Amino acid sequence: MDINLQALFAQLLVGLINGSFYALLSLGLAVIFGMLNIINFAHGALYMMGAFCAYFLLNVLGIGYWYALIIAPIVVGLFGILLERTMLQWLSGLDHLYGLLLTFGLGLIIQGVFQNYFGSSGLPYAIPEELRGGINLGFMFLPVYRGWVVVFSLAVCLLTWFLIERTQLGAYLRAATENPTLVRAFGINVPRMITLTYGLGVGLAALAGVLSAPINQVRPLMGADLIIVVFAVVVIGGMGSIMGSIITGFALGIIEGLTKYFYPEASNTVVFVLMVLVLLIKPAGLTGRTA
Amino acid sequence: MRAKLMAGLLSTVAALTLAGAAMADDKVVKIGALSDQSSLYADVGGPGSTLAAQMAAEDSGLIAKGWKIEVISGDHQNKPDIGSNIARQWLDIDKVDVIVDVPNSGVALAVNNIVKEKNAVYLNSGAASSDLTNAQCSPNTVHWTYDTYMLAHGTGGALVKAGGDTWYFLTADYAFGAALERDTTAVINASGGRVVGGVKHPLNTSDFSSFLLQAQASKAKIIGLANAGGDTTNSIKQASEFGIVAGGQKLAALLLFISDVHALGLNVAQGLNFTETFYWDTNDQTRAFAKRFSERMKNKQMPTMVHAGVYAALVHYFKTLDQMGGNSRDGAKIVEKMKSMPTDDPLFGKGEIQPNGRAIHPAYLFEVKKPSESKGPWDYYKLVATIPADQAFTPLADSKCALLKK
Amino acid sequence: MTSITENAMPVGRRAIRDEMIAFGIMTAVLMALPFTGVYPFFVMQGLCFALLACAFNLLIGYGGLLSFGHAMFLGTAGYVTGHALKVWGLPPELGIIAGTAAAAALGVLTGLIAIRRQGIYFAMITLALAQLMYFVYLQAPFTHGEDGIQGIPQGHLFGFINLSNPTTLYFVVLAGFLFGFLIIYRAINSPFGEVLKAIRENEPRAISLGYRTDHYKLLAFVLSATLAGFAGSLKVFVAQNASLTDVHWTMSGEIVLMTLVGGLGTVFGPVVGAFVIIAMQQYLAGFGQWVTVIQGAIFVICVLTFRRGVVGEIAHYFKRSL
Repeated sequence: MDINLQALFAQLLVGLINGSFYALLSLGLAVIFGMLNIINFAHGALYMMGAFCAYFLLNVLGIGYWYALIIAPIVVGLFGILLERTMLQWLSGLDHLYGLLLTFGLGLIIQGVFQNYFGSSGLPYAIPEELRGGINLGFMFLPVYRGWVVVFSLAVCLLTWFLIERTQLGAYLRAATENPTLVRAFGINVPRMITLTYGLGVGLAALAGVLSAPINQVRPLMGADLIIVVFAVVVIGGMGSIMGSIITGFALGIIEGLTKYFYPEASNTVVFVLMVLVLLIKPAGLTGRTA
Repeated sequence: MRAKLMAGLLSTVAALTLAGAAMADDKVVKIGALSDQSSLYADVGGPGSTLAAQMAAEDSGLIAKGWKIEVISGDHQNKPDIGSNIARQWLDIDKVDVIVDVPNSGVALAVNNIVKEKNAVYLNSGAASSDLTNAQCSPNTVHWTYDTYMLAHGTGGALVKAGGDTWYFLTADYAFGAALERDTTAVINASGGRVVGGVKHPLNTSDFSSFLLQAQASKAKIIGLANAGGDTTNSIKQASEFGIVAGGQKLAALLLFISDVHALGLNVAQGLNFTETFYWDTNDQTRAFAKRFSERMKNKQMPTMVHAGVYAALVHYFKTLDQMGGNSRDGAKIVEKMKSMPTDDPLFGKGEIQPNGRAIHPAYLFEVKKPSESKGPWDYYKLVATIPADQAFTPLADSKCALLKK
Repeated sequence: MTSITENAMPVGRRAIRDEMIAFGIMTAVLMALPFTGVYPFFVMQGLCFALLACAFNLLIGYGGLLSFGHAMFLGTAGYVTGHALKVWGLPPELGIIAGTAAAAALGVLTGLIAIRRQGIYFAMITLALAQLMYFVYLQAPFTHGEDGIQGIPQGHLFGFINLSNPTTLYFVVLAGFLFGFLIIYRAINSPFGEVLKAIRENEPRAISLGYRTDHYKLLAFVLSATLAGFAGSLKVFVAQNASLTDVHWTMSGEIVLMTLVGGLGTVFGPVVGAFVIIAMQQYLAGFGQWVTVIQGAIFVICVLTFRRGVVGEIAHYFKRSL
């Protein structure tokens, strides 16, 4: 096969865009896992809700994309907080698997309700005026919006990392993960922190949803298949560090992009194959602690 | 728990058997509209197909002649298991005479086998698989509306004639996509065109950008989308993002329904080429049908070609029953009679049913209008070419159907 | 921390006696069913899923391993059996053996990978592996992608038992179910089962006692996969098709749901759960996607208030082992 360098660069860039979504979603999963010790199976459904939220803001209330970037994560985040307060909190102390089963059920409910009202074919969401068109980079035609997605999600990921690893609040968070009883003894309201963390993780998923709305059709099942890939990303990266999940997310996007160029038929499976390889060589994941 | 469950089951069965016993009359017909009621194909078939079946029953004139016609519907959820369970139960217990619609090739082929085994009638309108009248044809089956062969030949042949002689394929990597690509390639080569390349993408891909970049780089005049449903709409949407149509390349969606165009919006869908066998705004009769249809739909949508096919196939079925003077409940015999009579209905016009069960009628190559050309809601298509009935579907000589080798 | 199975198992003679009585009742009811006019296809389908749920339960209920990918064994066996019967023209018994063996082989491969991690990681890995298999089957030519393998001939078992007769088929499926059920029952009451339970309760302790826990976990995984495959092979004769539905992740979710509803770690729970869910799908089919919502709601309710499941609650109430 003759390797066309220009096309290769283009695929790398495209891979980076997909990586942004993987990074945002696996970051949200990692944040939630860190505090609540559960794998949020409803993550895909909440991502989808973010996209729908943007759709409603535009089509019902006439509120555009830029506000949706702020409002949708807050609305869906509040919904997440509601879920945590009414259901998830009752599972603390039980086997972690119950958290997985509960969020799986929640995901089914959310998806099913949206499917009933909006069918499966999806609704269109236009790219905001300011980000239309594209730049000719010489080796490819880069739609402005795609470039924006990479830059913006990278910024959000780094901000989250900074918040958790480099601030006072983050320090409490990390401490509460290690030893909730001790942190409580310092007079910090640990349950509230847990709730807020879940809201934050869910908000990140919703943000990814808003970002993807103009690229993909807004449809009820948009998160269902994506989330399984993100699970594999999480297994590969391990959930030990925030930075680990960000880097793994972007890296896998790029690898997937390369696969799409060299062997497109395998582009759906490459992440899973990588997961198998990583598990065989380094069972704890690339950056993870053993669970 | 178990005992209670079984008691519940028993009472249901008893009730169903009673209902069965009450229908001994030979002027009774029960139609089962089996479709995807809530998911991928719900707008293509779904509740609209049930409505189309009801309208066909009302318009048949049989009710005035003392017939009793009942239409029931079921949701196969795109699962062959659930679909064949419903079909089996309908034919075994509910005394359904004819099953209509059934989109999704997997479910359609599963139902095909059951209907044959139980000697009922199967009027498929929703499925794309040309196998239904080819390798897996059945004496109990009539396939109306469209199939992969017709989609490939309609779009491929007409576009090459119109000057689109270099093609690049985006193909969904499974049987359906492969069949579409293979059939279209054959017709492109036969019409003097050339396929310069193609890429297979996995089913249900959300991101097409890298495939579209490759298509763009190929400089082919036509990018053929050999995929379906969400894959097609997503690739069309992203193609507009990458400025593919603006850059002078044309998109040809090999399978697209008017409900997809509606969902995409004209801004994104404009300039698309594809083949359908029915468009509501074709003549006075189709417009009248569409008006009555959309008034009764919950979401006021216009009929798709699948809905029209359900209606037309049933119109012909009722005509046949009327000629036979009663419902003999011998599916193969009824279908044989259907094949012996020429078809003529307000939606597809004059045609016939071939011995392999394929209903043939003209097909049309459409192009989606620009937003500026559209005069109102659902005014989406302009006609590019008409493919006569005898050229639109698989020639009988090429059919591998066992029914032809008598 | 409580373990995933709250259905603590009293061992001893009384437990065995209770289970034997329950087994007798179950067998008698199932034997009598075809003569009551119940639609046999429904019950046969229920039996296949019941066996599948029992196989799944062996892992979660006794090994503490939540597999979110059991559909891959069901589907693999289905495809192989279907292909063997239809294309190779093998007789039913060889078709079943081929399908079950394929599932067992897949069980060994995936088991070696999956048991490297525990808890939620195990669940995520099995889910990802199942998704990998889904894509493989989607593209493999012999599965016919979305169309599935259709019109699979039922044939004559051992050359003389005609499986296209619904009543005959029913008793063959019932025999298959009881056979699989008894294997599982035997396994959980053997020393092997005891070690498995010990690993579930406290793996480091089991290791310190000298057990090579990975061997036990792998063996349990392969046994579970094999029996899930056996259920998949039987199902081919009932449904006469093999399709992608059986390898999709929603199927894996349904298997979990059946077992959860019936009672994780109970002997009869998965059987009851399977029939409840199958009946629900059958009779609520008219509600379309609301079935998904209802299933989700059942998940939530079970986890929040009803963790023992139907049979688990009954057993707990009467302080019996079921």
